[in-house]
Amino acid sequence: MYGNAYIDPNDKAAMMLAGEDPQKLAEFEARIARGEKIEPKDWMPKEYRKQLIRMIEQHGHSEIIGALPEGTWITRAPGFRRKLALMAKVQDEVGHAQLLYSAAETLGKSREAMINDLITGKSKYSNVFNYPAYTWADACIIAWLIDAGAIINQVANAKGSYGPYCRALDRICTEESFHLKYGHDNVVTLATGTPKQRELVQAALTRWWPPIMHFFGPSDKISNHTEVLMRWKVKMATNDDMRQQFLNMYVPKIWDLGLTLPDPNLKKNDAGKWDYTEPDWEEFKRVINGGGPCNAERLAVRRNAEERGRWVREALNTAESKYIAPLA
Amino acid sequence: MIISLDPRVNRAAIEADNNIEPLKDLDQWETYEVFHQKRRGDQHMHVGIVHAPNAEMALIFGKEQFGRRGLSVNIWVVKTSDVFTTEYDDSDIFETVPEKQYREAGGYKVMDKINKYKKGL
Repeated sequence: MYGNAYIDPNDKAAMMLAGEDPQKLAEFEARIARGEKIEPKDWMPKEYRKQLIRMIEQHGHSEIIGALPEGTWITRAPGFRRKLALMAKVQDEVGHAQLLYSAAETLGKSREAMINDLITGKSKYSNVFNYPAYTWADACIIAWLIDAGAIINQVANAKGSYGPYCRALDRICTEESFHLKYGHDNVVTLATGTPKQRELVQAALTRWWPPIMHFFGPSDKISNHTEVLMRWKVKMATNDDMRQQFLNMYVPKIWDLGLTLPDPNLKKNDAGKWDYTEPDWEEFKRVINGGGPCNAERLAVRRNAEERGRWVREALNTAESKYIAPLA
Repeated sequence: MIISLDPRVNRAAIEADNNIEPLKDLDQWETYEVFHQKRRGDQHMHVGIVHAPNAEMALIFGKEQFGRRGLSVNIWVVKTSDVFTTEYDDSDIFETVPEKQYREAGGYKVMDKINKYKKGL
């Protein structure tokens, strides 16, 4: 990979490694292969840094934006206890964003830059949060099943190679276990309640099933690019594997409640894998690129929060402040 | 105007096309490293960072971020820029050598001598 050696721009794995010092790269990969973590000031390939920033930042944005469809229901949650519980959950989500932003900052992108990229639409966040929570039951389905999906993803990533991200995820997973129980409790309450309550939760489940199937993303293209990311423990499981794990853990729990899922092809096959109707990936792309029912609202609300809070942040700022990236 | 299913959003009367000035450097302040003590008697441990305009606010945010579930009894904060660290690249400074066994408990083996002494009695 020296000097003028030609690198085929179509060979993504070679492009990822182009220009890297081969000895440092070998030491870096050996460290990961030994199961050691990479820390912020360690040497790392440019592409490793770039992919991690993108991934952790998007994860952070998803926590912030995810608080919006759930926060909608704080004032209208049935009963004082559920209002308190939902407030605690939403606070956790915002706290998770802070933990994740901090981890991304250790890689050299400031929190201001991340927020700017979110509110201008340059950075993405989890597509599911571009859909609205029409009823209380939608908020319950989000708390149970979207959080369940997130946990599968986060538990996998917590075994990754970047120290600050793993530490943030360990803490996040602990709090998520409350979210999952809380969400399950709410869904069970509705599903074992009056006919009207059952109808409400069934409608929400039917609405949320397509976004839930989208949640882990389309099948990974089998490319040497993906292989490098898996070798570097940036990507810990394929999207399809995580989706299978989710279906395996949660479809039986959903069926236990006598609820139905809007996919006639959904069943466990003889090989122990789940068959399902391929999700509509055109819809997924359309929504991720701004065409969903709530994209505009989510970003407008974020911009509004930044703008109306700006005077407070400025009033508190002191002349002697200077920024350096956090240590760990 | 954004028309939302969320009554709070409607009450806030938010323009849909509300482009704003980008956040400037230090809009989110500098960072403080947070250390907490789980129980009296334990060491304080590093748990993460908060962004804060001053130490007093860093303590408030640190308590909220890391201590809100009763997992801490005490919190310290220190400006990131005030922390001095070693470099991982210099981790050879921590290496030790076998001839420094005189500093280890395992470097002292007396049973051989005692047994030999007893046999000779």
